[in-house]
Amino acid sequence: MGEHTIVSYFRKFRFKDHSLGMAFIILLVIATIVGWPNFLKIRNLTNILRQISYTGIISLGMTLIIISGGIDLSVGSMTAFVGGISIFFLNLFGPTSPVGIVLTFLFALVLGSVCGALNGLMVSKFKMAPFIVTLGTMSIFRSLIQYFSNAGTILSENMDYGLLGSSMFLGLPIPVWFFVMVGIALHIILNHTSFGRYLCATGSNEQVAKYSAINVSIVKFLPYVITGFTVGITAIMWSSRLNCINPSDCSGYEMDAIAAAVIGGTLMSGGKGSIIGTMMGAVMLGIINNMLVMGGISAFLQQAVKGFVIIVAVLLQYNNGNK
Amino acid sequence: MGEPAILLELEGITKEFSSVRVLDRVCVSIRAGEIMGLIGENGAGKSTLIKIVSGIYQKTDGIIRLAGKVTDIPDYITAKNLGIGIVPQEFNLINYLTVYENIFLGSELHKGLLLDKSAMREEAQEQLHLLKMPLDVNKAVSELSVAEKQMVEIAKAMILDARILIFDEPTTTLTAVEVQTLFDLMHKLKQKGVTMIFVSHKLQEILTICDRVTVLRDGKLVSIDQVGDLTTQSLAKKMVGRDFNQVFPSKIDSKGKPKILEVEDLGSGTLLKDISFHLFKGEILGFAGLVGAGRTETMEALMGLRKAEKGSVRIAGKPVRIRNAKDAVAHGLGYISEDRQGKGVVMNYDIPKNISLISLKEKYLRRGLIDKRAEDAASEHYIKEFKIVAASKKSQLRYFSGGNQQKVYLARWMDTDPSILILDEPTRGIDINSKKEIYDFIHRLAEQQISCILVSSEMEEIIGMCDRVYVMREGRMAGCLEKEQVTEENIVFQATGVKKV
Repeated sequence: MGEHTIVSYFRKFRFKDHSLGMAFIILLVIATIVGWPNFLKIRNLTNILRQISYTGIISLGMTLIIISGGIDLSVGSMTAFVGGISIFFLNLFGPTSPVGIVLTFLFALVLGSVCGALNGLMVSKFKMAPFIVTLGTMSIFRSLIQYFSNAGTILSENMDYGLLGSSMFLGLPIPVWFFVMVGIALHIILNHTSFGRYLCATGSNEQVAKYSAINVSIVKFLPYVITGFTVGITAIMWSSRLNCINPSDCSGYEMDAIAAAVIGGTLMSGGKGSIIGTMMGAVMLGIINNMLVMGGISAFLQQAVKGFVIIVAVLLQYNNGNK
Repeated sequence: MGEPAILLELEGITKEFSSVRVLDRVCVSIRAGEIMGLIGENGAGKSTLIKIVSGIYQKTDGIIRLAGKVTDIPDYITAKNLGIGIVPQEFNLINYLTVYENIFLGSELHKGLLLDKSAMREEAQEQLHLLKMPLDVNKAVSELSVAEKQMVEIAKAMILDARILIFDEPTTTLTAVEVQTLFDLMHKLKQKGVTMIFVSHKLQEILTICDRVTVLRDGKLVSIDQVGDLTTQSLAKKMVGRDFNQVFPSKIDSKGKPKILEVEDLGSGTLLKDISFHLFKGEILGFAGLVGAGRTETMEALMGLRKAEKGSVRIAGKPVRIRNAKDAVAHGLGYISEDRQGKGVVMNYDIPKNISLISLKEKYLRRGLIDKRAEDAASEHYIKEFKIVAASKKSQLRYFSGGNQQKVYLARWMDTDPSILILDEPTRGIDINSKKEIYDFIHRLAEQQISCILVSSEMEEIIGMCDRVYVMREGRMAGCLEKEQVTEENIVFQATGVKKV
């Protein structure tokens, strides 16, 4: 009996392993047909990549949080908050200071990490439910940036800041490069370091991790810091693209970030996930959006389609886990 | 006179899981009012058979006759209505509900639209009284001991007037005293005319409580015998299909060896008080006591997994401070938890990932990254050494049998090169062959001068393996037995404070 379940597991595993890739290809074919001939144009494709890279970068950090058994609802507000404060910081320097831009970038990374650490501290040290903690900080970040900006747009006074977000490098927009680089880095961390190993073990069964001499607190804390760091990157990419931040920007980012992870096969219950999967999930969400636009479907329906895709992805997970 | 009527007849029961046959044309007739033992190794098909009878699984082929009538049992509820109750191995009780609420779960009494709580309380009380169970119906289940929870499960089945009551390995988590209580209860039920099926892989228990015993092996019926015609030896032989005599290896004399571990006045909250003991190098030291006596808690406090306010620990004569499990590992301590699934193996990890979990940083990092080749090589080594049976080392642990999971768990701790290994109920829920392998393994460890502490509720195991045994009672050390003092009688006396009758 035991041997048989192992065999059937391998059969299932192979299918499941390829199912994401297959879905990706099928989606690509449909999008090509629906959006013929514009979909396949380089300009359109790079556009899709740019669009998904903002939430995509965050979804990479989110993947680690979900693997640890947590969730972070505050990433959207946190992006607006970090972006807004960073522009205030940038404006302390002169209108053409390149040093200012570099320092601001670093500042955003640090500020994002600190915000993430705040969430992480409450989850790991005070053992609060991640959903509640980040629901709280979601309001806090949003409210603070609205207060600091007097509910108005925060404009950058730096002439060159906008270049960072709108430029291309080797044919790809800068944010896409960050999406890829963070993806590679986190993929290595997840699959090839002891932290990644401990993370999955903790998400799978915290008791086992504790009894295996793993410092569970730190393992649960770090994903929030990493996610804060990715929020810092997105905050700079987004605000430099527009050269400003509106305090109501970036709401709903948490949805997209969670959706990308779930579509990519990360288990909502924790313990298992893949960065490559999340990257594919993010791109698939982008293709779906693009396809709906090209197909002339109302923009109002796009959220409904996204919601539908998430539910189907979770349903597939659920069924696979139950067999 | 004549034979009592056949109540339940299973004819040619076959079960296949995706074309693999786990039960092959099994025929068993159970007489009204008897206790039928069902024995076999893990994977022999015991669980599958009782799950078919209780409606959890569907048979692929065969006929079930209940009181002479061909009966279909498509689901659990039908089984319940037919009067077939099951006391599951893992309890299906809801912790924060009270005893009576659990007893009536799914079959609540109503007064109009509302629950009739007083009637349920009364009836539950009466049922418990009939079964002579000293339980308060208003107590929350979370406050009950394992044995008491089992009583609730039995009452839950009996409230539906079960005619057939199935016990699925009921004694796994019980101590000797509690097992006796259970057997007394079963006798009472028998007098009331309840037919029982008792599933176990403990030979002695089967011979004590059952009238007849059915032996299954590899999904096939081996035999049905009157208990009087059997001995533990002959039953074991039927079960494993070959002679099985020497279960325990010879004992190891640790006389004149130095003390490797000394624990003094260990205390933790209200659970543990004044725990002192010592361990010699290369010794197999036993820890006996009832469930809840504080043995596991002692080991957890020693490992830094539980806060200890008081006490000092010396390893090889040197005082050490252990604040967390990491410190314990650094001092050469290892701890195999009693809760293999909850605290032991990572179910969705494969063999290499499970084995390297603790020793990852020390052994398998190369330039900060995991050296998966080294990990695989180590796994191959342990698979050979422990005879771990797996389709592939890359398959997840959740598809393994209990015995193989336990071996992987052992391998993980062996990979930390411990000098002291604590084994908490290391053979719980695993088949007899794996048990013997684990005993031999512990013996080999001791020969290699690795000191072992064996915490066990299985009397035979403690007596068979250990030369020196500490007995705990209610969070304190009740006594230490040596050599010929190590007998069942003495252990029970120390563990309960009363002489065995």
